[in-house]
Amino acid sequence: MHFTLNGSAVDVVAHPMKRLLDVLREECALTGTKEGCGEGECGACTVLIDGLPVCSCLVPFAQAEDAAVTTIEGLGDADPLQQCFMDEVGAQCGICTPGMIMAARVLVAGASLEEIRVGLAGNLCRCTGYAAIYRAVQAAQMKAETVVVTR
Amino acid sequence: MKTALSTLDLRRARTLSDALAILDDEPRVPIAGATDIYVQLNFGTHPARRFLDIWGIEELKTITVSDDMLVFGALATYASMLASRHVADRLPMMLEAARQVGGRQIQNRGTIGGNIANGSPAGDSLPVLAAADAIVILRSVSGERRVPLTELYTGYRATVIRGDELIVAVEVPRVSGRQYFRKVGTRAAQAISKVVVAAVRGADGAPKIAVGSVAPTVVRLHDTERALATGASLDDAMIALRGEVHPIDDLRSTADYRLQVTGNLVRRFWSETE
Repeated sequence: MHFTLNGSAVDVVAHPMKRLLDVLREECALTGTKEGCGEGECGACTVLIDGLPVCSCLVPFAQAEDAAVTTIEGLGDADPLQQCFMDEVGAQCGICTPGMIMAARVLVAGASLEEIRVGLAGNLCRCTGYAAIYRAVQAAQMKAETVVVTR
Repeated sequence: MKTALSTLDLRRARTLSDALAILDDEPRVPIAGATDIYVQLNFGTHPARRFLDIWGIEELKTITVSDDMLVFGALATYASMLASRHVADRLPMMLEAARQVGGRQIQNRGTIGGNIANGSPAGDSLPVLAAADAIVILRSVSGERRVPLTELYTGYRATVIRGDELIVAVEVPRVSGRQYFRKVGTRAAQAISKVVVAAVRGADGAPKIAVGSVAPTVVRLHDTERALATGASLDDAMIALRGEVHPIDDLRSTADYRLQVTGNLVRRFWSETE
């Protein structure tokens, strides 16, 4: 099946009902996307499909056909969100981090703390590091010109 | 995923007529945003093995106003509701439901048709639709049926929808009067409700009150509505409410708590919409 993965056209053969999460990790060897709860509550598996954050544990692979899928690996090491999460120690165990960053990608530039909190409401951190996470997102927002604005 | 993939079969429909033809051939469980079905497949608890992907049917994604009806296509997502001027103008209580249904990830995938088909008594949009006298449009190759939301459910997650039928739209007549929505759960985002209330205080003074998570299906509180419409005191209305709300204890809450909170929310609705 054909889709765009982190900007490159790919063809992947897998069961159409395989979870997109498993296709990314097992078929595409992109293990940055994590499984947390497996029920759409924690957001650890968040990826972007056509620019919108979704839980990849709840997406049948068939529905990714012809879509543009972006994972944490698609951001690159110079991404301001990744750098700010490191600078602000926004990651503790790290399981929620890729999902947090992918969800934060679609925040509008200059989002308030409240808007950041609402935007990340679908992402849980079991280390309870929210304050550092919000600081990291706010710091990345300061570099607004490098944050993708999709809506 | 605990369900063996090798046991699952998926067909895909690009158009409504394709979908109806496939369902006419054999019953299959429709999959849209998959936010309920994949939870069950992940835990190995979904009984179905044959599915129909309808996520790509563009014609079911619209939210329009026609003949004074607000019409949600079955594949209208919570995110699309939040972006819709029609929903903001006509049905602000649905905006509240959409905001609180889950995080952005769920808002981008969950659909109104899926919420109806899943039929959970805790479905966040269902009290809104019940309080607004919404009509569910079912279609099959043999025609169309229009079923009031309140007559769709026959029991816990059981509906009158036939295997060859697909939910294609929901029609909401113009709502006059003030609207109210309140979901009570353990957390503002993501949590499934302990009690969810949607209500309308009609311009004529008559209320419409619908409650989720307190019965096997979403329910309208007809006795309480009648009491309030005829000028009963709030205390007397609470007696009517206690006669018609019979929640249960479960993992999310207790019957006592739910009954108390339902009463409190109805009191608040009535005093805040005065």
